[in-house]
Amino acid sequence: MRKIFDFHGGIHPEENKHQSLRTPIRCAGIPAQLVLPLAQHIGAPARPVVEVGERVLKGQMIAEGPSVVSAALHAPTSGTITAIESRQVAHPSGFSAPCIVIATDGEERWAPLPPPLDFQHEEPSVLLERIRASGIAGMGGAGFPAAVKLGVKPGTHIDTLIINGTECEPYITADDILMREHAGQIIRGAQMLAHIVQPGETLIGVEDNKPEAIDALRQAAAGSAVEIAVFPTKYPSGGEKQLIEILTGKQVPSGGLPADIGVVCQNVGTTVAICEAVDKGVPLISRITTLTGESLAEPQNFRVLLGTPMSHLLELAGYDSSRNRRLVMGGPMMGFTVPNPGVPVVKTTNCILAPTESELPSPPPAQACIRCGMCAEACPASLLPQQLYWFARGREFEKAEQHHLFDCIECGACSYVCPSSIPLVQYYRAAKAEVMQLRRDAEKAEHSRLRFEARQERLAREEEEKEARRAARKKAAEEKARLAAQSGASEEDPIQAAIERAKAKKAAQAAGAASGEGPGEQEKLEKAVATTRERLEKATAKLEAARTEGADHVAALETGVEKTRAKLAAAEQALSQYLEANPPVAEKSAPEPTDAAQAAIQKAMAARAAAASKSPLEKARDDLQKLEVRLLKSEARLAEGRAAGEEEKIIIALESTVERLHEKVAAARADVAKQEAG
Amino acid sequence: MYELIAQYPLLAALVALVGLGLVFGALLGFAAVRFRAEGNPIVDQVNAILPQTQCGQCGYPGCRPYAEAIVGGDEINKCPPGGQAGIEALADLLDREVIPLDAEHGEEKVPQVAYIREEDCIGCTKCIQACPVDAILGAAKQMHTVIAGECTGCDLCVEPCPVDCIIMIPEEQSLQTWHWQLPDTSRHHADIIATDAGEAA
Repeated sequence: MRKIFDFHGGIHPEENKHQSLRTPIRCAGIPAQLVLPLAQHIGAPARPVVEVGERVLKGQMIAEGPSVVSAALHAPTSGTITAIESRQVAHPSGFSAPCIVIATDGEERWAPLPPPLDFQHEEPSVLLERIRASGIAGMGGAGFPAAVKLGVKPGTHIDTLIINGTECEPYITADDILMREHAGQIIRGAQMLAHIVQPGETLIGVEDNKPEAIDALRQAAAGSAVEIAVFPTKYPSGGEKQLIEILTGKQVPSGGLPADIGVVCQNVGTTVAICEAVDKGVPLISRITTLTGESLAEPQNFRVLLGTPMSHLLELAGYDSSRNRRLVMGGPMMGFTVPNPGVPVVKTTNCILAPTESELPSPPPAQACIRCGMCAEACPASLLPQQLYWFARGREFEKAEQHHLFDCIECGACSYVCPSSIPLVQYYRAAKAEVMQLRRDAEKAEHSRLRFEARQERLAREEEEKEARRAARKKAAEEKARLAAQSGASEEDPIQAAIERAKAKKAAQAAGAASGEGPGEQEKLEKAVATTRERLEKATAKLEAARTEGADHVAALETGVEKTRAKLAAAEQALSQYLEANPPVAEKSAPEPTDAAQAAIQKAMAARAAAASKSPLEKARDDLQKLEVRLLKSEARLAEGRAAGEEEKIIIALESTVERLHEKVAAARADVAKQEAG
Repeated sequence: MYELIAQYPLLAALVALVGLGLVFGALLGFAAVRFRAEGNPIVDQVNAILPQTQCGQCGYPGCRPYAEAIVGGDEINKCPPGGQAGIEALADLLDREVIPLDAEHGEEKVPQVAYIREEDCIGCTKCIQACPVDAILGAAKQMHTVIAGECTGCDLCVEPCPVDCIIMIPEEQSLQTWHWQLPDTSRHHADIIATDAGEAA
């Protein structure tokens, strides 16, 4: 008899296991439709390798694990893939997740299976590959891919292999009945695992509340190296770390793995699945699930195809939905409420609990913590639940982490003993999630920072390169100029010539500006109008072309044309405003440094000299004459504009000019008349 | 030697102290040069707290410039993406008072991701130039798209788009991002005794 240790804390809730153990395992049959979530395990979701409409055979792989920490998925029976889409899954969030939906044909036609392996004569790596390919994930509830857990790092020596048949949570009997009915396979599976990890000893840990299972295992294990270790019932002795402490007296270090202290642990359900995969090549396509609770007429254990809707099982067990308050996946301590009974059974569904209100009452409202310390006494991980509660409530996650929040196994023992009915586990779950979220955010921020800095660096580099190119060009030009100068002045230097030209132009402009700054300004404005008009015409032509071609960027071009048009209008307005503001100056002195302009200037000067010597009456008459000429010109321009189909705004501007001139002419006439009268 | 010290105790003490001073001074001087800290370590620490969205809502061109400004004495409440949690972390680091977020620089929003409506994109590359973390992929006259995993949700690409084809989508909760929430403490009448709770409810 081996020495049995004890772990700190623990509770003794009512077991309620006998209800579902009255009958042997019953096959749940084939439902019309199977829904297989792609993420039934811890790690990356599986990737579908089948298409909608494809016929699949029983045991055929329908989704592969894309990375090491993942698990493949196989068709639980033959049928047709009807959809690969989001369906509601058994998850506390009630969210949907991608699933493969199979319409079953009831024919149970098997796909060709991989050949059986004689495990004693195979390399451990071959066995591990078979386990991986069979999609086996921890069936005790966590769903960690079994091959990853068994793939012990080279150089680590495993002292103890533990097969976990504890099943400490109330109500659940799936492992118990499996041990009673398939003890031989468990022992064989344990031997396979022992062959893979080569431990010093192999133990199967069972609580003493399962005498039939212990007997069956002992019989099956007779003559083998596998030892059945029996220990007193206490919740949560089935927790991996707790079980290791019970059987070896060693504690898994905080944040560490059992392999760190030379232990590997596997659930009995997983062990049977491994045995099937190695001996027969059958992948993980079904599991044992307990259906229990007072809302069921016949609580019992079923062999269920993965993906079977829970409602199908509930019906078989005589479900009375009127008596049921909520449906729980898992046990009363660690399970969670299922959003609706239609969700499918997955690799980790060990129990479906349909209790009545009196059986599992709603928790009373939480009251203040009275710091009684009962939670600390019950905690199997030797934590200070009360402290963690205060930290989580105050959102002091850093301190919670310092108090080993992540060692909490969320067993619910603290909530169970809390006299104030505080939902402690929910606080810890939320705090853990917040911490993880913060870590993810920090990671993302760091990533963004690196990208930002890389971009800044790149921009600086590009700017530098541009600068370097510019300098090189300048240098080349200088060099060329120098060479040209050296080769003699006969060859005219184009740069120098260009500079000269530019200088001449500037001088001319300055001259124009000096002779009255107006004309220079006017010229500029006119030029602006002309260029804008040109651009508008071009853009319009382009738009027309795009329209006839039916190109995609018509809308963009339209906005462009619209914008150019607005610019043109603005330019024209500026010009007309300018003209309005100083029309006489524009008339008086034309700025062009041409001969015609020179002549005009002289003419104007002569006119002014003449005007000085004229009488007021003559002056008035001259003015009138000039105005009449201007009016005629403007009218001609207006007519021209109308004929050319100019824009409305221009026409309006011209019209207003004509009108004003009319008024001025009228005023001048009145003036002349007055002079003549006077 | 001993006699000399005994004879001139004051002088001996003076020589000893000055000697010690010279030795340690040289040591410290050497250490100051040899183990000189590159840059300002406080700026790095502040920068590590900032969310690195590079959105410029604080008025500085990126998170690092704001970190430098904070160390230079600027307020710590100008970062909406960092939110109240960020302000608390900064206050904790710099030993300043926790102040509410300055609404002038924006409000704390749920994380967002930019999305380009691809049928509207004309391939002008303006958003690519605006993106501070190079999260937009595309070329001139080719459709652009956002690499969602790299997007910080800064919305700097929205404004330059000439055809308004970029929208900001709040990040959706999935099974991977969902998590348990802290119990709603305001709902529970934690401070009344159980028998009163029924009446109060």
